[in-house]
Amino acid sequence: MDGNLNMIGYGLAAIGPGVGIGLIFAAYINGVARQPEAQGRLQSIAILGFALAEALAIIGIALAFVL
Amino acid sequence: MNVAASAVRAEGFEAPGPSIFDLPPVFSIGAVGVTKPMLQLFLAALLVFGFFYAAARQRSMVPGKLQYAGESAYGFVRNNLGRDIIGSHDFLRFMPYLAALFFFVLINNLFATIPFIQFPTFSRAGMAYALAGLSWVVYNAVGIRKHGLFGYLKLQTVPSGVSKVMWPLLIPLEFFSNLVVRPVTLALRLFANMFAGHILLVLFSTGGLYLLQNEGIIGAIAGPLAWVMAIAVGFLEVLVQVLQAYVFALLNAMYISGALADEH
Repeated sequence: MDGNLNMIGYGLAAIGPGVGIGLIFAAYINGVARQPEAQGRLQSIAILGFALAEALAIIGIALAFVL
Repeated sequence: MNVAASAVRAEGFEAPGPSIFDLPPVFSIGAVGVTKPMLQLFLAALLVFGFFYAAARQRSMVPGKLQYAGESAYGFVRNNLGRDIIGSHDFLRFMPYLAALFFFVLINNLFATIPFIQFPTFSRAGMAYALAGLSWVVYNAVGIRKHGLFGYLKLQTVPSGVSKVMWPLLIPLEFFSNLVVRPVTLALRLFANMFAGHILLVLFSTGGLYLLQNEGIIGAIAGPLAWVMAIAVGFLEVLVQVLQAYVFALLNAMYISGALADEH
């Protein structure tokens, strides 16, 4: 079985954004549970935060293939 | 098809890599080979234009089915992306751009799941870079038109409420993050999601075939299981495709609203 160490590195690197995205949506669910009428405003903020955290994972996958 | 053939070779399973995205040209115009994703771009543009043209052609007070579908589709983008993000004052100017962008990206992403097409257009990085380049031009042009070149640069690079001692550190960082890296991450986000999703699907389907054909009894059990996983991943991919189209249009709206923001 052949492979590339980059992929193991990328797997490790993806832990960080994974935890981050989990925290973001945990906070979002908390906020909506406490104040359901704020869902509309919280949703776009949550998705923005998700996109920013995901950007790290994406830079990781790009580098995993480039390096 | 060449992927399936390479997976079935007896000397071992060859995991799908970036090479599965190198499709041969369907036909060539001069020296330029026209590949499947290029045709998909045109098809998606035609579909978006055709749908909204047909939906808006015969407008009536009591909408028919087609007009209703068109209105709800447009209304979703208008209310969730335009009005809520850019603000009710000047979101209408950007609605044609945002609505077209959202549905163009959405249809191109869904091509990854639609039978007989089954190739996400934006899994070729160049397509995503072009689209992100367009949005870079749009939000910068909007900001420069509103604030002037220097006002806009100040808005984007000088963070408010920070003491002047920190400016030499923060201004290059903000410049780098807001004006240089932004289009790249915008493009890479779309590209990497489509790329990784397609690789996952190909991996599970060709891997299942290989197990079934080459691994005896264990393979006869594990191969169909891999195909079940492929179907499950397929549904996950539909979710990711819709979400990425939404995120792409949402970030465009946010960048435009950031460029339009008044100085604090």
